[in-house]
Amino acid sequence: MSARLALETSAARLVGRLSRATRRGGGTTLPGKLVWKLDPDALDALAARLPAGLALVSATNGKTTTTAMASSILSPARRLAWNRSGANLASGVTSTLLAADGAELGLLEVDEFALPEVMRRTQPRVVCLANLFRDQLDRYGELEHIAERWRAATAQLAADATLVVGADDPLVSSLADRREQALRFGLDDPRHARPSLQHAADSKYCIRCGAPYAYEAAYVGHLGAYRCAACGHARPPLDVAARAIETHGLDGVSFSLETHSGAARIRLGLPGLYNVYNALAAASLALALGATLDAIVAGLERFRAAFGRFERFTVGGKRVLLLLVKNPAGANEAVRTLEDGSPPETLVVALNDRIADGRDVSWIWDVDFEPLLERAGRIVVSGERAAELALRFAYGGFPRERLELVPELEAALDRGLELTPPEGELVVLPTYTAMLSLQAIATRRGLTRPYWEAAS
Amino acid sequence: MILRVGHLYPEYLNIYADRGNIAVFERRAAARGHDLRIEPIVVGTGLEPGAHDLLYVGGGQDREQAMIAEDLACRSEALRAAVEAGAALLAVCGGYQLLGRGYRGRDGSWMEGVGLFPHETVAGETRMIGDVLLESTLREALGRTIAGFENHAGRTMLDPGAEPLGRVVAGYGNDGASGHEGCRVGHALGTYLHGPLLPRNPWVADLLLSWAIAHATGAEPEPLADLDDELEDVAHAVAAARARARGGRPA
Repeated sequence: MSARLALETSAARLVGRLSRATRRGGGTTLPGKLVWKLDPDALDALAARLPAGLALVSATNGKTTTTAMASSILSPARRLAWNRSGANLASGVTSTLLAADGAELGLLEVDEFALPEVMRRTQPRVVCLANLFRDQLDRYGELEHIAERWRAATAQLAADATLVVGADDPLVSSLADRREQALRFGLDDPRHARPSLQHAADSKYCIRCGAPYAYEAAYVGHLGAYRCAACGHARPPLDVAARAIETHGLDGVSFSLETHSGAARIRLGLPGLYNVYNALAAASLALALGATLDAIVAGLERFRAAFGRFERFTVGGKRVLLLLVKNPAGANEAVRTLEDGSPPETLVVALNDRIADGRDVSWIWDVDFEPLLERAGRIVVSGERAAELALRFAYGGFPRERLELVPELEAALDRGLELTPPEGELVVLPTYTAMLSLQAIATRRGLTRPYWEAAS
Repeated sequence: MILRVGHLYPEYLNIYADRGNIAVFERRAAARGHDLRIEPIVVGTGLEPGAHDLLYVGGGQDREQAMIAEDLACRSEALRAAVEAGAALLAVCGGYQLLGRGYRGRDGSWMEGVGLFPHETVAGETRMIGDVLLESTLREALGRTIAGFENHAGRTMLDPGAEPLGRVVAGYGNDGASGHEGCRVGHALGTYLHGPLLPRNPWVADLLLSWAIAHATGAEPEPLADLDDELEDVAHAVAAARARARGGRPA
C-alpha cells in the first residue's frame, strides 16, 4: 500500500467509527465519501490489492439480493469485501474496500449509473448484469441511455474477464453478443409464464428491427423467452438455466439448476420467480469464479433475504410480512408473490418520494395492484405521498371508505396491526426510504437487529 | 351517455403512467352517469372524422416516439379537423411535443409534427426535471392551480399570442425561461405535466369531460356536478408544496 493510501485508509476508518459512535448510521458510506472526494484513484489501488480480484453485480432489480446470495455461496471459501448494506455508489464501494482488511475477493453490487466508472477503476474478473427495468426516470433518464453506457463499459472489459448476463432481457443479453467469456442465464419453464406481457413491460420491441417481440414465455415483466418474428432476433441458448420450477406460496420456490458442470435441485427459502432469477445470477457469478456446484447449492439453500426485501416478524402475536416495492416490475412481483400465498385482508402501503425512492411518483400507476385491491378489506396508505397512493387505489376501483390515510409510518404500522385479527398477518409494502424507516422502527422496538450488526 | 375516446398509441406512448389519466376520465365520467368507450388508435388504423369526443396522446421514450412519429404525421389533418370541430384533446409530455409544428434535434435534424399546437420544440443540453406548480390562465380555470411533475429535454417555444395552459409558479415549464407552461387550442390541452396529471388536478379532467360531452351532444359545454374530491385535494396540496420546495428554477 502506498503511504498516501495508508494515511487515507486510517483517516477514513476513524470517520467510520465516529459515524457509528454518534449513531449517524452504519458508518457505511461516510469514510468512502471522504476518500472518494480526496482521491478517487484510491479506488483503483484498493481494488488492485485484492488477491482474488473482484466481481461486480448490477441490475435495476435484485442486485442486493443477488450479491447477498453470491456472498452466501462464496464466503465459506473466501474472505470477502462485500457491500452488504447496499452502499453501491463509487463512494460506497470505496468504503467497503477500505474497511475490508485482509479480504481476498471483492463482491460488490454497483448502482446502474455508477457501473461504468467502477468497472473502469476496479478491473473486475466477473461482471454480472441481470436486468434493466424502467426505474426512477427522474434520476437516470431513459432505459436506452443506461444500456448505452453499459455497452460502452462492457466493450472495455478485459478479454479474460467473464461477463454474466440475463439472457431473458433482450437489451442486457445483447451486451454479451459475440463475447467468448460469457455466461447467459435464464428461466426455462413455460408453465410459469404470464399469460401476456404486463402493462409495465419495458423492452417490448426488437432491439434490432423494432418489431414487437413474440414471447414463448414472459416470466417477470419483459424477461422471458423472446423471439422477433420479423428479423429472428431471439434469446440465446442458456448456459445456466432454471427448469422444473415449483412455487411453494410465500415459503419459497424450488427449481432444477442446470449448468455446463451439472445439475442440482435447489430449494430457496424465499418466494417468487424473481428470486429464481436472483439465484441464477448468483450461481452464474459463482461458477465464473470457479465455485463448485455443491458450494452453490449449499450457499443458495442457506440464504435468507436482506432486510425488507422479504421480512417476517411477529408483533404481539400478529405476523407482519414486509415486502419492498420500488418500481413497477418489482412491485408487480411483490403482488404476484402475495397472490401465490393467501392474499392479505389488511395492507399498509407506504410511498415516499425522496431521491432513493424516485421523486416522480407516477410509477405507482404502472403497477398492477388490482389483484390485491379485489381481495383487500382495508388499506392503510402511508408515507410522504400517501394521498397519491390513495388516489391510485381509489381510481383503481377500491372503495374510498375502506382506505385510511395515515401519512406517519409508525402510526400506519400500528393502525395496520390494530386492523389485523389475532393470529392474522399484516402485509406492509414500503418504498425504499419508507422501508428504511420501518426498519428503524422495528429495530427500536427490538423486532430486528440493525443491518450493520447482522451476522456474517 | 356514451363518450367515444380515442387513445393514440397506448402500447408506445405510456411512459409516465398515462393509464392513470385514462382511469380518472373513466371513473369521473361514470360518477356522472356516462360511459367511456375507449378505442386504442394504433399504427395503420384509420381516424374517422367526428368519431371521437375525446382524444388522448401520452408520452414515450425517444425510441418509442420515433417508432410512431411517421404514422402520427399522417394523421395531422384528421387531428386538426377533430379539434376544429370541437373534440376535446389532452396531450402529455411527448405527445404535447409531437402535436406541435416539429422538433429540432441536437444534431440539427427536424422532425415534422402534427401542427395542432402553435409551438416548436428544440432539444436542450440538460433535462428539466422536477415538481411543477402552475396557476392556470385558462378562463375556465377560475384561478385554480395545476400540480405535476416534468421531465423533458425539449424546450418548447410558443408562437407569439399562443395561449398557454398556465403561468409557472414553481418549476421550469415549456422552456425554462418564458414562465409559461403548456398550450391550449380550442378544446385541446397540451402540457409537460405528468404525475399523472389528472388524479391530483381533477378539475382539468372535468373540464375536458365537459368539452367531450358538448361535442357528443352538440350543446354548449356545461360545468359538471361536483364530486367528493377530498383525497384529490390533499394530493394536490402535497404536490404543490413539493413544487414550491424543490421545483426547478428557470435559468
